[in-house]
This record gives sequence, C-alpha cells and structure tokens, in this order.
Amino acid sequence: MSTPTIDRAELARQFRTFIDPAFVIEDDETIRPYECDGLSMYCEMPWLVVLPETVEQVQQAMRLCQEHKVPVVARGAGTGLSAGAMPYAEGVVLSLAKFNRILEIDPLARTARLQPGVRNLAISEEAAQYGLYYGPDPSSQIACTIGGNVAENSGGVHCLKYGLTVHNILSVEMVTVEGEKLVVGSDALDGCGMDMLALMTGSEGLLGIVTEVKVKLLPKPEQAQVVMAGFDSVQNAGDAVGGVIAHGIIPGGLEMMDGFAIVAAEDFAQAGYPRDAAALLLCEVDGTAEEVQEHIEQASNLFRSFGATSIRVSQSEEERALLWKGRKSAFPAVGRISPDYYCMDGTIPRRHLAYVLTEMQKMSEHYGLRVANVFHAGDGNMHPLILFDANVPGEFERTEEFGGAILAMCVNVGGCITGEHGVGVEKIRQMAIQFDDLELAQFHALKAAFDPDGLLNPGKGVPALRHCQEYRSLEHKAHTAEA
Amino acid sequence: MADKTQALQQQVYAALAEERKLSIVGGGSKAFMGRQTDVETTPLNLSEHTGIVDYQPVELVLTVRAGTPLKEIDAALAEHNQCLSFEPPHFSARSTIGGTLACNQSGPGRPWTYSVRDQVLGLRLINGRAEHLHFGGQVMKNVAGYDVSRLQAGAMGCLGVITEISLKVMPRPASSLTLVLAMGLDDAIPYMNRRAGEPKPLTGACWFDGKLYLRLAGAQSAVEATAHYWDGDVLEDAGNVWAALRDQRLDFFAGDTPLWRFSVNSTAANPPLDGNWLVDWGGAQRWYRGVGTMADMEPLAEAAGGQVSLFRGGDRSGEVMHSQAQPMQQIQQRLKQAFDPDGVFNPGRLYSWL
Repeated sequence: MSTPTIDRAELARQFRTFIDPAFVIEDDETIRPYECDGLSMYCEMPWLVVLPETVEQVQQAMRLCQEHKVPVVARGAGTGLSAGAMPYAEGVVLSLAKFNRILEIDPLARTARLQPGVRNLAISEEAAQYGLYYGPDPSSQIACTIGGNVAENSGGVHCLKYGLTVHNILSVEMVTVEGEKLVVGSDALDGCGMDMLALMTGSEGLLGIVTEVKVKLLPKPEQAQVVMAGFDSVQNAGDAVGGVIAHGIIPGGLEMMDGFAIVAAEDFAQAGYPRDAAALLLCEVDGTAEEVQEHIEQASNLFRSFGATSIRVSQSEEERALLWKGRKSAFPAVGRISPDYYCMDGTIPRRHLAYVLTEMQKMSEHYGLRVANVFHAGDGNMHPLILFDANVPGEFERTEEFGGAILAMCVNVGGCITGEHGVGVEKIRQMAIQFDDLELAQFHALKAAFDPDGLLNPGKGVPALRHCQEYRSLEHKAHTAEA
Repeated sequence: MADKTQALQQQVYAALAEERKLSIVGGGSKAFMGRQTDVETTPLNLSEHTGIVDYQPVELVLTVRAGTPLKEIDAALAEHNQCLSFEPPHFSARSTIGGTLACNQSGPGRPWTYSVRDQVLGLRLINGRAEHLHFGGQVMKNVAGYDVSRLQAGAMGCLGVITEISLKVMPRPASSLTLVLAMGLDDAIPYMNRRAGEPKPLTGACWFDGKLYLRLAGAQSAVEATAHYWDGDVLEDAGNVWAALRDQRLDFFAGDTPLWRFSVNSTAANPPLDGNWLVDWGGAQRWYRGVGTMADMEPLAEAAGGQVSLFRGGDRSGEVMHSQAQPMQQIQQRLKQAFDPDGVFNPGRLYSWL
C-alpha cells in the first residue's frame, strides 16, 4: 500500500469544504472514542474522523481519499469484536452514524429500506406494527447497525432456522473506492450473473462502503416456547442436540452453556438454571401454536432419552424471557467474576464438541487461564470466554496465544476460525491456518478488483503472504513442542 | 463414484499451455442456458467426477463432488429423511449439483426454504491458473475470507470449475398439503403476498391457468390447522404438480416460443405483455412465453424492481442476461481477470463481455 500524498491538516481542510466542519474531527480528545471497536485491546489513533451526512458526501470523501491515497476505515456502531473497525494510523475513519433513518417499510412485500446506521433492533421494533420482524439478532443488537451487520455477515441466536445476514438482505447500495455509487441486488430474490450481493456480505469493509440496505422481514411467529434441559455431561448434551436435529426439528434457537458459564449466569441473572449441571441446553421452538406444542413435547422427550437430569418448559412469555436472560447475560456475568475476558468465535462440526471442550480444559490448565463456554449449539458456533487480568504483565499475551490455539483446534477438527465476528485484525494470523498461500493470493486478487491501491480497511481480513509462512512455522514449532 | 480432480486439473493445465478455451459440462441438462458463441472450446466434462464425499445427517451437512447427479443426492438424503430444501430443478435425470449451483437454480420453495446459493457452505474450485482452491467450509457459520462460494451462484462457470460443494441440508417436512383457488393473475399476486405475511407454514405459492396454488408444509398439526383456516380446495396428487413446476414439465413450458424469466419484487404489478404467464415464488419469479428482445424486456423488469433473462429459446447469440450498470460490469470483468486471467472458462457464455 502506498503512503498518502497529502498531509493531515490539508486533508482536514479539504474535507471541511463539503462536510459540516463540526464533523471533521481532528483533535485527539474527540478522536479518542474512535480508537477501537468492541475489541478494545486493539487500538490506534487515526489522522481524522469524518461523519458525512449524505451519500454524495461519502462519494466525495472517497474521491478525495482515492486521489491522495489515504486509507479509509468505515465504521458503524463500533460494536465489532475482531478489531475490524480499528483505525489506520495515517488514515481516515468514515463513520456512518448519521445515516440512521429507516427509509421505508413495505408490509405487503415484507421489506425494509434502511440507511446503514440504523440499529439492528430498531428494524424489528419498527416492523412490529405490521406483525413483522428482522431475522438476524446478534447479541449486540441493541447497539449494532445494519451496515456493520452486512460488513460482518452477522448471525445471532436464531440463525440455524432463519439464516445469517446474507440470507436476509435483498440489496445494498455501496460507494466504491473511486466514489462511484453502485446498487448490488434488487427487490427480487436473485439477479443475473455472479452473486455480487453474497460477495459484499461479510467483506469487512474491504470492498466498498455500504450506504443503504434493503432487508427482508419475516412474519412474527404466533408463539415461541423454550425447553431448558440440564445434563451431567457435555457429551450427553451434545448428543441431545444432534438427536433433536436428526428427528427433524429445526429449533428457532438452540444454545448450550458449560458448567462454569451456567454458574456465572445463574449468579448474575437468577434464571433458575441447575447450578450442578455440567451442560445446559436452551431449545426454543417457534411457529404456529399447534406446531410449537407438537415440537416442544417431542424435544422434551428426546432430551429425557438422552439423559437430561432436569427439564423445564416455559409456561409464559415472562418465563421464556427469564430463561433467555441467563444466556443473554452470560458475557456481563463472566465480566463480573474476572477483571477482563476475551470472547473467541470458532465454529466446529458439532460431533467434535466433547473432544474440543476437553482439549480446551487441558489448554486452560496449560496457560493458567480460566475459560467459560457459551455455544450456539445448533450451528456449531462456539464462544469460549477466556478470563484474564490485563493489569498482570504478560497475561493478555498468554490469552491471545490460548485463543489462537483454540482457533487452530477448530480448524483441525474441520471447522473455521470465525463463525460470525469476522477476521478483522484479531484473527488475521489464523487465516494462514485455514487457507493456504494460493487461496490467500486469490483473495488478494479479488480485493484488487475492487480496490487496486488497497485503501479500504488496510491490514484487515486477509494477511500479507510474507507473514503467513512465518506464522505457520511458529505454529508448527509450538505443536511439535506440545507433542 | 470417482475423484477426477487431478485429471480435471491436468486438462486445465493443458488448455492453458495450448491456449485453448474450455466449456464446462456436467450432465448437460442446462446446455440451453446462457449465450451461444462462435468461440471454439474443448469440453471439460465433470460427469465422471461424482460421489458423496461426506454426509453427516445430525450436522445437516453434505459434501459432494460437483458432477454428482441430483437424483443420487436426493436418494442418499431420503434415507435419513432429509432433503435439499431448495428443490433444484431436474431438467433431466443427469442434472448435477455443480450445474445447479453454477446456474443458481432453485425450485418453488425458494422464498421460504432457501436457495441453492443460500445453502452453500463451502466449495473447491479450479481457477484459471489451474490451482485447486477451497473456500468456506463444512460448518454452518464461517465468515473467514470473502464469500467466494456463493459468488459462484449464477456465474455459470466463468470464474472457475467447481469440483466439490458443501451444503446445508434440511429435514423433510413431516407433512404437506396444497390448497387451490380459482383466481385471476392480478388478484393472485397481492393475495399470495398477503398469505406470505402470515406466520403460517407456507412453502410454495404459484399461479397458472387461472388457478392459485398454496403449499403448506411442516408439522402435521400446523399444516392441518392452517388448511382449516384458509380458503381453497385440497389438491389431490399435489406432489406431482410441484415437481412438474420445478422441472418445467407443465404444459406452460412446452413448445419453442421463447421463455423469459422475470425475477422481480413479489408485489409488483405484472409487466404489461400479452401472452401466457406463470407466476412462482410467491410473485417473485414470473415466467413469460413470447417473442421480444432484451431491449424490450429490460425496462419492464426494472419497473417491476428486478431483472429479466431469456431463459430458453429465442436468439441466443446476443445478450440473454439483464445488462449490468457500467461500474458493475467493470468490477465483474476485473473479477473474471482475478480468477481466470486467460479467459479459459466458458468464454462469452454468461455475457459477451465476460
């Protein structure tokens, strides 16, 4: 990547000719909140932060940056967990916070047209008057924005049944690195030729800046009910998940927590979880009243046959909310018992769950760091939470190593290094485990088709090839040493 | 059942060395799709590259070689009471999963039970440098790297040779029932959209010959209760009607008159063209039989919020796919360059400029 051909002061001056000067931010104190996203261990101060208000201003900003080879990092709500929105030191952070309007809801077509800064939850809140909602519900849905959801291909608790962002959007309007406006997709379910909409989804701000999104809305299910089941072994709980799915039930949500997470969540939320269980399943079934009744009964019986030690079925909306409260507050609950925690995001084929958790326990002892596990069990997406204290010298470095080892194990059992948080800066080294050099080179070539100078979110997503060999040989040495 | 990856890779090497172009062929059942060109090509045949590589019913994941016939996959899944939820058209008994993805073909359930593109989890592909690469994975959620797997949907092989595909599979619905109502086209479109907005187990909504068909599928209690609330007569032998619609074996699809596919906003008023129409996907996919040009059809599709293609028949020497905006065309040409720098694969099949 080339260096900017303009200095910071002159760049700021030029931005102020077309963006409200109050929103061309240059002073350190006001820039500070933008130095990181939800993964606060990775930070960097950018040259400038700009907050355009119109698509034309975004186009003009891109043209200016392109002309002077200034890197641009797009930013939504900054809730990302892979440092995907971490600024570039000699670059601009382009915040889309001012694009926060719901432009249109079409109840008959079941679609919503949104500016990228609309919060995920706000879509469902607005659509509720029509009996509709937006499917993907990442844990950060109160704060995270639809633009960021597109960039990360966000999932959530309900994606086994209702899919990820890529399954729930119809089109995006984007601005290219050259400042061209482009519509990808349409009001239709597909278009002619290669699927550019899928390519844009999850591209982590490396291919373009999303300035508008059209999403599909779903009819709100008539009813939803939760079965909670405690198990005395992780293996049994894992088998029970497979049992439900093999039986032909696709639950709206199917979540697992390990013993450590159960106790932490119960202390925090008093949801009535069995504190002595080794694993807990929360299985939510939704649909018509008849379907829910049929499936809840079947799921409860299956859990019993797989050795559940306790079973509880929600009898009211309040009880359903309470059972979920424990799971949804698992992160703050763990935050309460440790000064810091680090949330990982690997995916594994579910059949390897017991092995992976056992190995993780061994690693936990090896690194001297505790780990709690919450798990989107239905789709194999794990979120190990590593507990550490950033004030203890060397502990964060050890945590990162531990996290890296977990991701390597996910790949070894046939899984991947990130299910829904993205690669960002955080997992860029582990990309070399999941992909070989030819594959990474193909990614670079693809990126160059959109952004030949590498100005969009540089240093994220795909590692430079020269770093990969180095990392792989380090990993190899570590593994040989362990063996 | 055989892994022909090495032989396929060798053929791509040879074509590069000898500066030949290749046309990728699976079962050959979709040869009628895309453009006809004068470019001389050698066939690259995947029909021997078949077999299920891995199938884990409890994981809902199937990994299969691209040349595997759909009927073979259906049979394997049926043993575990599972299915390809996107109901791929079987244009012939030889239709393959690779061709289904490359041509992005999904059947009547598509708005409710996902498309082939939606269910792809990962794939292997030989690019235009004869490199065999893998993208995505065999798990439900994977956001590492660009989504090269889904990018292939609809690319018609212009970016590379898909050799292996991992897919999410689904349980077969426990029960199914179809309601039929006599109704005109203009009433049927808003009607099917209103029904699709209700939280009921709708998995198909089509209209042809003055009749609207609504398919319910899922838990038996839910299907029966909904059929009780909703208007319409229960259709006997419904499975065959939906399969004939999926495979384009209905009378509507017979004959040589050009077949146009309008992929549009499900609620859009129907394009003002005289002639025979068939509406599927709850209004989002509309088929038209009639003579015309892409230049006539494109503005009509755009007014309906979507795109048009000349699906079968007619003049296939010109463009048969909806034109792309200039900057989009440039990006796609650069993508082609990134994957297939020498333009070895399917030259001009999708667009004359690709």
